[in-house]
Amino acid sequence: MSARDRILAKLRANAPQIPLPVPTPQLDAHYAARDRQESTLDRLARFRTGIESFHADVHVTLEESWPELLARLCAEKGVSSLLYGAATPAGQRLDAAAFAANGTALRPWAGQVEDIKADLFHKVDAGFTQARGAIAETGTLILWPSPAEPRTLSLVPPIHFVLLDAATIHPTFFDALRAENWAGGLPTNALLVSGPSKTADIQQTLAYGAHGPKELIVLVTTREGAAQ
Amino acid sequence: MNAPTPHTAHATRGKPIAFVSAEALRERVHEAINDDHLRSSFRGAMDFLMAKRAAQFPDESELVSLRSLSEAIRQYSLSKLPDLLEQLEANLTRNGVHVHWAETPDEANAIMLDIARRHQAKLIVKGKSMVSEEIEFNHAMEAAGIGALESDMGEYIVQLAGEKPSHIIMPAIHKTKEQIARLFAEKVPGVDYTDNVDALIQIGRQVLREKFEQAEIGLSGVNFAVAETGTLCLVENEGNGRMCTTVPKVHIAITGIEKVVEKLEHVAPLYSILTRSATGQAVSTYFNLISGPRKADEKDGPQEVHLVLLDNGRSQAYADEQLRKTLQCIRCGACMNHCPVYTRIGGHAYGTTYPGPIGKIVSPHMMGLEQTHLLPTLSTLCGACGEVCPVKIPIPELLVRLRGEAQSAPHPHPAMVGQGAGYRPLVSFVWRLWARIYAQPGAYRAFTWLASRFRALTPSRQSGWTVARTPLKPAPKRLRDMVRERV
Repeated sequence: MSARDRILAKLRANAPQIPLPVPTPQLDAHYAARDRQESTLDRLARFRTGIESFHADVHVTLEESWPELLARLCAEKGVSSLLYGAATPAGQRLDAAAFAANGTALRPWAGQVEDIKADLFHKVDAGFTQARGAIAETGTLILWPSPAEPRTLSLVPPIHFVLLDAATIHPTFFDALRAENWAGGLPTNALLVSGPSKTADIQQTLAYGAHGPKELIVLVTTREGAAQ
Repeated sequence: MNAPTPHTAHATRGKPIAFVSAEALRERVHEAINDDHLRSSFRGAMDFLMAKRAAQFPDESELVSLRSLSEAIRQYSLSKLPDLLEQLEANLTRNGVHVHWAETPDEANAIMLDIARRHQAKLIVKGKSMVSEEIEFNHAMEAAGIGALESDMGEYIVQLAGEKPSHIIMPAIHKTKEQIARLFAEKVPGVDYTDNVDALIQIGRQVLREKFEQAEIGLSGVNFAVAETGTLCLVENEGNGRMCTTVPKVHIAITGIEKVVEKLEHVAPLYSILTRSATGQAVSTYFNLISGPRKADEKDGPQEVHLVLLDNGRSQAYADEQLRKTLQCIRCGACMNHCPVYTRIGGHAYGTTYPGPIGKIVSPHMMGLEQTHLLPTLSTLCGACGEVCPVKIPIPELLVRLRGEAQSAPHPHPAMVGQGAGYRPLVSFVWRLWARIYAQPGAYRAFTWLASRFRALTPSRQSGWTVARTPLKPAPKRLRDMVRERV
């Protein structure tokens, strides 16, 4: 008998002790009470308040102007090398010349992580990814890394730029995974990200830039742009 | 600091014992109580954490609803535990994850050592995992010549100091920044003394980034394992958990068998109540959902993912309807933050991997009552732990139950390992006698009459009672005599 069989047998032998079937948890009842009929912009405002409280920077812009804003922000932060996935819809919009004019070299991800590990850890200043969506309640980004946009892009470089469409913000995590039927198919790695990495492990003093990015910069696109 | 002396794990029934013996518990508690520095640092830290948690639940009705839901999810999951474990295994396997089962810490270590040897690993970087502490993973790897490096800042500090975590969420909570500054200056090559917290964190970041890059294997714990999708969920703030599960070519996750839930949506409320209860955060920086190794078309992530499912006494707790509630725990640490005993003695005095109220009810199943029979007595039964528990584990009830199990007369087929370990025939006889006297009015009257007449004979030293209190002495007049005089 294997350890597996012995463990399962022990658990099964003792299962009937619980007399009544335990009721199925009622999640809808809990979350329905918090349903808000809010507009996209109200939801964006809640998301923004949340994630800014975790030290992320948020910039709201028009859909057509975010590449320009990203180039400007890279220049402001002194980013000399920006790593990104060139095959994504967002990646295709980036124009190397526009970035070069600001002193930033665009570097499309190429090869396996093993091929570029040293550069990834020591040379790249910033990574750029799209967000799949976000969560208003907590100020959280939803990232689904993919072959076109590997997971270390949002982890290893000291600055992480994220592009978010305001229309994809959900009220809660529960709403997001229900509405998009996450249980029907998850990527190998899905992530919720709320701010740059941090720790309070030394005397409960909060410090940013623990092991992941030191800065998280969110570019949110809306139909109304920065006016909102 | 009253750091416990690290020891080499020697095994009883294949399990590592506490790194300090149960017999020395009283001594350690006294030492801790008399350490003013330790007491003030824990007091301050616990006050801070309690206030932060309270601020996360401004709406009492939302807390009530979320706690009930979280309790329901954990109880529902446990009611189907064997089926869910099989479903989890099937879905993880389908996703390309290797699933291993271990009844004891030794088995778990052997499984992981085998994986490490197959990959000729020299260095394993570790995300925070209390189960890896429970099985003394670092010792087992080091004994085999493989480095096991903690990468959570708190765990890194504790490992550097040769200590053990004193809190399950904030491992280095017993250390001041000055102590950490001295530790870094002494142990990290090329580092000068600085007690600037940002600078200290940056030192840790630099040292550990190199290790993430080099290590062949990353180890992590698991906060929730989702059966329906075959997904491992990890909660963290620092990004080291993501590093350990993303950068090295092999990722090994280890978890207790109780951490499984049926549906992905079940993690939403549990995750919310976990971070709010633990550190008073609305959400952690990262919530990492891992459903498999790197696919053929993917560019990064581990090429191999393993999950080790550990029993280590959990199936014993599972066998009893009341004790099973112990397994509802989501390891937030709120019970220790609110515990008047933990606040005064700190985490090391318990001598177990899991300190505080949860440690007192879970350790007896992992280590047997021979080692732990005094643990359930480290409680005032004030009830604070049960009140703040996000999944409503009736911790005080379980403490009373375990005290009973520890004191019960030895049984030929005990339901718990070490049952009756605290049994003392004389004490048991005295209590039985007292119960008999108390149940018979005539005998009780005679006893109190004798007690008040011979009160001068009460000893001035009354075992543990008089260590810090005045001796107990019967009153010169019984209540019934005083009432009679008044009438």
